[in-house]
Amino acid sequence: MNKKTKNRISQVIMYTLIIIMAVIIFYPLLWTLGISLNPGTSLYSASMIPEDWSFEHYVWLFTDPRSDYLTWYKNTLFVAFATSILAVIFVTLTAYAFSRYRFVGRKYGLYAFLILQMFPVLMAMVAIYILLNQVGLLDTLWGLILVYVGGAIPMNAFLVKGYFDTIPRELDDSAKMDGAGHFRIFFTIMLPLAKPIIAVVALFNFMAPFMDFILPRIVLRSSENYTLALGLFNMVNDAFANQFTRFAAGSILIAIPIAIVFLFLQRYLISGLMSGSTKG
Amino acid sequence: MKKNPILAAVLSILPGLGQLYNKRYIKAGVLFILFVSFISVFYQFLATGIWGIVTLGETPREDDSRTLLAQGIIASLVIIIALIFYFVNIRDAYNDAKLINSGDFRTMFQRFRDTWDKTFPYAIIAPGLFLLIFVVVFPLLYMFFLAFTNYNLYNSPPANLLDYVGFDNFRNLLEVDIWRNTFFSVFTWTIIWTLVATTLQIALALLLAVVVNNPLIRFKRLIRTILILPWAVPAFVTILIFAAMFNDQFGAINAQIMQPIFGTNIAWLSDPFWTRFALIMIQTWLGFPFVFALFTGVLQSVSSDWYEAADMDGASSWQKFTQITFPHIMFATAPLLIMQYAGNFNNFNIIYLFNNGGPAVRGQNAGGSDILISWVYKLTFETNNYNMAAAISLIIGAIVAIVAAFQFSRTKAVREEGER
Repeated sequence: MNKKTKNRISQVIMYTLIIIMAVIIFYPLLWTLGISLNPGTSLYSASMIPEDWSFEHYVWLFTDPRSDYLTWYKNTLFVAFATSILAVIFVTLTAYAFSRYRFVGRKYGLYAFLILQMFPVLMAMVAIYILLNQVGLLDTLWGLILVYVGGAIPMNAFLVKGYFDTIPRELDDSAKMDGAGHFRIFFTIMLPLAKPIIAVVALFNFMAPFMDFILPRIVLRSSENYTLALGLFNMVNDAFANQFTRFAAGSILIAIPIAIVFLFLQRYLISGLMSGSTKG
Repeated sequence: MKKNPILAAVLSILPGLGQLYNKRYIKAGVLFILFVSFISVFYQFLATGIWGIVTLGETPREDDSRTLLAQGIIASLVIIIALIFYFVNIRDAYNDAKLINSGDFRTMFQRFRDTWDKTFPYAIIAPGLFLLIFVVVFPLLYMFFLAFTNYNLYNSPPANLLDYVGFDNFRNLLEVDIWRNTFFSVFTWTIIWTLVATTLQIALALLLAVVVNNPLIRFKRLIRTILILPWAVPAFVTILIFAAMFNDQFGAINAQIMQPIFGTNIAWLSDPFWTRFALIMIQTWLGFPFVFALFTGVLQSVSSDWYEAADMDGASSWQKFTQITFPHIMFATAPLLIMQYAGNFNNFNIIYLFNNGGPAVRGQNAGGSDILISWVYKLTFETNNYNMAAAISLIIGAIVAIVAAFQFSRTKAVREEGER
């Protein structure tokens, strides 16, 4: 068997593998799309390739008075913007201190971040519930935002610190010579040069509220405060098979924008993670 | 005039006095006012807090043990922070006295600037740290204390007071039949789940990353984008969709795949074995893209010189894989792969959303596919066994801490190797 046929055979095997994977990946996604285009709300009668397809569920989500979809979308956007902005502020300040200053507790602080990012927020849900209840933030979007931001600090500060470390210190040293203060250096040197990683932190914290349902489930009680994920979850949870086509339509409307943003950004995340985890 | 540093430190036991002795009048005034206002504002709160965390309340219905415990933990945290400031104050007086002795020619303005420089890193960490303490550290501490109380459905505040019961909850977990059976079966499944699902994810990702990286394959960008799709779609959406597809009666998997090809239906949601099987498959689907993206990044950074050298020596593709590719990938990504295992160990979402931890199993109070963290959720929100939930959380925490310690030693090793 010469080299050419051998290459040919392995090429065929590899393409077959890739095609099988593509089918496995697309099957559930296309199934959802198909279901969302079925007329009627029941999953029992719905099929993947509907005979008379319609957009009625999409229209229902936006126009029907019984649908809270727009409110949920608005809530989620609010939580997402606030979380994203606050997380960037807290995270960059913390990372700046850890990257550029030597102070008592710095080393243990870094270790603490490493440990804390491994604990799931879920482990502490009773306490979060009681804490928010005491300060009157239960069932409010701000309560949710604060928990998101606090939980985002360890992991993201680590990422950003790793990136700050790659910015040459000579830059801030020479700025210091010219009389620049701590904040001047932070705003005019660190932030502009760290734009890529800051964009990643901002966007991932922006997307988290779109994807998380368990924390809203603990914190939020009333339907007009729901975020999208929680609202959609309750849609299938309350009356599983009866609203499934609507749920499918609502899911498609979240999945498409998020997937697009994500595909553009994932390589930044990967490079950030790699540098953060090996440099420390 | 010479100052006695020791005397300055001793005088600082009343904050401000040491600084007064050093003739730092503004500093002395500020410290004294801070001290007095701290005591007068917080004294009542701290005293109640400490009393509360020790006794957990004395009069049923009037004292709510949960609130008292929370207040007690917050009070302890405040006291720790205050003590740190207190020691800083004493040290400051001591250092100032020493500085004066050695001749301090700085003007007051310069002294302010130096103080600002020194405290700057603390100042910018403070807001983040504050939030972190209240949203992450406080809840974990609360959980810790709860694990040693008797807080459950039948003994819950405000009607009843909570008591500390020592290690009773942990003892029950090992000695009472239903708890022991459940704990061991859930624990075993959690370990199997973590190892099998994560390893499958990594193996599939490795296979695909190597295949797509092969020079014989074209349209690499398109293929990579497709393979990353499952990661890009929000997981809670896909899991709920899989739950519908795997439905025993009308799910697409049974109707479109199992029936036509194998001529039989599988009880995906009502047989524990098949639920677990399906969960592992779904997690592989959801989780491989992340690892795939990681591996692809590493593969592109492996220098082609190495492969050329290997070709010169007449190495086979398999040898090149085991000698160059595999060690390189593993070395570069090991910390992140460990995080994958830790993540699946606590992967609540998939277990809860797919089948709510079910199906129910006789003789235990967790479902057949429940892992520790989803069991904790059920104990907390469905059966209100807060004490047991907290005890199990502590066990989870211990396991996570062990993994984290392992992680440390690794990152440390990596860092020392590349130390600047």
